[in-house]
Amino acid sequence: MKASRMLSLLQYAVLAALAVTVLYPVVYAFLTAFMTQQEAMSYPPALVPKEWSLGNFLAVLQAVPIARFMGNSLLISAAITLGQLLLGSLSAYAFANIRMAGKAFWFALFLSTMMIPWEVTMIPNYLTIRSWGWLDTYPGMIVPFLASAFGTFLLRQFFLQLPGELFEAARIDGCGHWRCYLLIVLPLARPALATLAVYSFLHAWNQYMWPLLVTNSPEMRTVQIGVSMLQSEEFTSWNTVLAGVALILLPSLLLLVLGLKQLVRGMTAGAVKG
Amino acid sequence: MDAMEEALPMPKRSAPTEKAMPHNHIAVRAKRLRETGLGLLFLAPSLAVFAVFCFYPLLRSVYLSMQVTNPRGKVVDYVGLANFQELFASETFYRNLAVTGQFTLYTVPTAIVLALILAALTAGPQRGMKLFQGVFSMPVAISVGTGAVIWTMLFHPTTGMFNYFLTLMGLNPVAWLSDPAWALVSVSVMTVWMNLGFAYIVLLSGIQAISADLQESARIDGAGRFTVFCRITLPLLSPTLFFLLIVSVIQSLQAFGQFHIMTKGGPMHATDVFVYGVFREAFVNYRFGTASAEALVLFAIILVLTLVQFAVLERKVHYQ
Repeated sequence: MKASRMLSLLQYAVLAALAVTVLYPVVYAFLTAFMTQQEAMSYPPALVPKEWSLGNFLAVLQAVPIARFMGNSLLISAAITLGQLLLGSLSAYAFANIRMAGKAFWFALFLSTMMIPWEVTMIPNYLTIRSWGWLDTYPGMIVPFLASAFGTFLLRQFFLQLPGELFEAARIDGCGHWRCYLLIVLPLARPALATLAVYSFLHAWNQYMWPLLVTNSPEMRTVQIGVSMLQSEEFTSWNTVLAGVALILLPSLLLLVLGLKQLVRGMTAGAVKG
Repeated sequence: MDAMEEALPMPKRSAPTEKAMPHNHIAVRAKRLRETGLGLLFLAPSLAVFAVFCFYPLLRSVYLSMQVTNPRGKVVDYVGLANFQELFASETFYRNLAVTGQFTLYTVPTAIVLALILAALTAGPQRGMKLFQGVFSMPVAISVGTGAVIWTMLFHPTTGMFNYFLTLMGLNPVAWLSDPAWALVSVSVMTVWMNLGFAYIVLLSGIQAISADLQESARIDGAGRFTVFCRITLPLLSPTLFFLLIVSVIQSLQAFGQFHIMTKGGPMHATDVFVYGVFREAFVNYRFGTASAEALVLFAIILVLTLVQFAVLERKVHYQ
């Protein structure tokens, strides 16, 4: 008994040490963001700010239009999320509930989009967006991501699990596919829609390469590009950059705390047999 | 993360049998046709986006890979397979492949083993495990942009925390990102941290999906925790582990953001990974032809990995 007690104590000690290690970079970013310039530059470096100053947050808000970056990112991520929910649920409904000819072919076609890595389509997509005059615009950052094969499959799985009698009854009552989709499937699929929403939003918010390619002007930058550009500018101090990082991390971390369950469900949809 | 979605299980629902009488055969066919049309209408928005931003670009990549382009991206000359020949003859190509391979070797096994240990230690119902589960899932929410910026500061040679910790332990400071011998290792450490959340979430769900009764009965039979883990949990977890392995390898082949922010491929090309090479060729040198050829090679590698995954998982699924 005593040995197992020791073992579980050891387990907690190991876990605590690892937890501190994993958390450290993020904690460091937040703590340094609250330090004054001198404190952050002092040697030996301070681990915790002596007095919590908000100066860096004010400085970063003045140095770059970070509010604008966040607005851009928010708009783009929200639009992508809504688009994926709408387009994904429509196609998922077709795959799950409509008896159509050639379904296997269309399904395989959807599946095949997941095998094409982003890097292969990136150059032609850039040329397309440029030829449409969509560089530095919101549509250029939203439209290419509106459809998601993953979202379609995630929702289809869920739609298939809805009881078939429900649809039989609806059909007998003279309910067509559109009303069935709008009034029965969508309301019932809220958990699956929430899963996809959290997953898509986080992905869109965290995007790096595409916004880097298609934006040039500062006022169209997303948070991810904005903050890394801030870092490469000489005159801004570290604390200021980290204050920016802290501001950008807040929505992601909030989403993690509120939507961890949804996120886990989304991420493991492919890994664990449900 | 596109690749993680590939192994979706697909439950089949048996189609209700058509109770078609001979005399309304035509009516049934008309109804069928209407259903198909309606189905295509439901699929149309997604299909349109895929057509424009997935299938057309794939074909255009193949086309571009056989051309020489001017800096505006306009095709100047058809060169056939010369871009590929040039690629396979260039040292840069093999160097980038080698760096990418090294990066994969550094990051994938480390992240998976760490995540496995963490998942095994936190899967139980003991007090406080929920908290640990939240902590170890955390990196999943961190973007490559913010993560790379934070770690660049931690790695700073004079004022970074890592060198401070080293001097505290009486060790010599390291030029983490500017020493060619260390740069790839440093970016790999950051990448392991960043990818840990995903690997952990997948493995934790995998372990929790394995019947607790099974593990419990083995323990009652006198097996220790470690034995149960090695003899029961690990074999049952192997499909999940395999899935994670392939997805992680594909992910590491596609790594870009951390290199763009932390090292720009340097010092002395020590961190010049494959996708960074494609990016530079296309958007710094404006040679879209060779860049497309390079991207297609990546596509081929990823395609092979995906097919292997399908083949193996197809077989494994029955044993689960």
